[in-house]
Amino acid sequence: MTEVAIVGVGLHPFGRYGDKLCLQMGAEAAKAALTDAGTEWSRVQSAFVGSYEVSNPDAVVGWLGLTGVPVRGVFNGCATGGTSLQMAVQAIHQGEADVAMAIGMDKHPRGAFAADPSVVGLPDWYGQTGMFLTTHFFGTKINRYMHEHGISAESLARIAAKNLGNGAINPQAWRRKAVSVEEILAAEVVNYPLTRYMYCGPDEGAAALVLCRGDLAREFTSAPVFVRAAELRSRRYGAFEVQSPSLPLESAPSPTVDASRSAYEAAGVGPEDIDVAQLQDTDAGSELIHMAENGFCADGEQEKWIAEGATEIGGRLPINTDGGLIANGEPIGASGLRQVYEIVLQLQGRAGERQVPNDPSIGYTHLYGVPGAAAVSILSR
Amino acid sequence: MPNPTQQVVADGLFTWPSSEPSLIGSEQDGVLSFPARPGEREVLLARRGTLWGFTTQQFRPPSPPYDGDDTPETFQPYALGYVELPGQLLVQARFTEPDPDRLRIGQEMELRIIPYTTRPDGTEILTYAFAPAEGDPS
Repeated sequence: MTEVAIVGVGLHPFGRYGDKLCLQMGAEAAKAALTDAGTEWSRVQSAFVGSYEVSNPDAVVGWLGLTGVPVRGVFNGCATGGTSLQMAVQAIHQGEADVAMAIGMDKHPRGAFAADPSVVGLPDWYGQTGMFLTTHFFGTKINRYMHEHGISAESLARIAAKNLGNGAINPQAWRRKAVSVEEILAAEVVNYPLTRYMYCGPDEGAAALVLCRGDLAREFTSAPVFVRAAELRSRRYGAFEVQSPSLPLESAPSPTVDASRSAYEAAGVGPEDIDVAQLQDTDAGSELIHMAENGFCADGEQEKWIAEGATEIGGRLPINTDGGLIANGEPIGASGLRQVYEIVLQLQGRAGERQVPNDPSIGYTHLYGVPGAAAVSILSR
Repeated sequence: MPNPTQQVVADGLFTWPSSEPSLIGSEQDGVLSFPARPGEREVLLARRGTLWGFTTQQFRPPSPPYDGDDTPETFQPYALGYVELPGQLLVQARFTEPDPDRLRIGQEMELRIIPYTTRPDGTEILTYAFAPAEGDPS
């Protein structure tokens, strides 16, 4: 199959930008990616543009240029960025384009996501009685996991402290203040046992990638990053999923497990080969569970890994080196492409103060969320 | 007799009025669902089960859709999670006990019908919740 390379990456840093238009942020990220690739929009033959808040994110072409190429809007919950990446890769595989773009943008209001339960096919009472929220799912899942696998609240706090610490040395992060493990544990509880600092928040921002056929990559950059796998999975019957008024007694693995296995198989590598990873950290508990669901350790081994600092920059497997969702927030259309942006910088040795040592060559990204969807990519030099 | 100042949040969610109410699920091809799906055979769910997992809701949910008569200032946190009904399924529910230190995974839980809000005309709106079962050693 045709190899696909990422030859340019761009980011509109995540945060809060007042009246600034979401599409403007998307256009700035796209132009930054094109500049990074040393090329222009006119060279792009196909684009996939993800957003939740912008109903027609493909309107970004109004800022980039009306060239008539196929441009498609993408929305797939928290896995939107991974879906845009996967679709751009497929467009190149299928021959629709030699050069394609994946662009993501969002601009969320403050606070927990609010919607009518009917948008996901749930009855009104589920919302009226205070159950139609995503955050308590994460509290329930990690509380049960801690009970089953002997995980301490301190490990959750250490993950949050790591990500906020990485954010503090990332000039593009939203939250740039390190917070101590003690302060994180003592902060107000949002959903037991998760405290305020252990959660990401919705915000604004954009990210973009330029991809091309592998044999063309050196026209754009001396350091292409190849997409070895870009896999997407939805939930199976029995998976413990957000917004489930009931679940069967027999359980199935999370879609993360399925997407991850499929990605390792496609890439021909295993978890032990990964040098740097970005895992969905909606909350600190999610990052911890995702370490096992993505095959990096067995259930319960996180306690030891985290105590040893194995997931810190300089550790055995640095995770969320740019601060992850906890330090960057989650504009959901863009979040997965921010993960790829960071891995590309790490593999190219361009990550500045947060650069992972020893010349990392294989990176990993993972998204998970509503509506029970997971996306995994494996990238290498 | 039903209390005239009380109303259920949704019809068909649990048997009511009743001195021993049950949640109403449904079954088709051996697969149980809650809430009941239209067109499927109705199944009354067990009134007792074990606590599978829990968390707390410490902030007032976005409103709408939440329609509690509280405000962000008067909101009283509650606990919620899943109860495993033996041989049936896991049901997501609010719990009557809001203190996570007084809940324990594996403990016996029992169905209750509780008012969760009051309308301006004084009508109490009833929903289902689970309470630590009486006589449970924990």
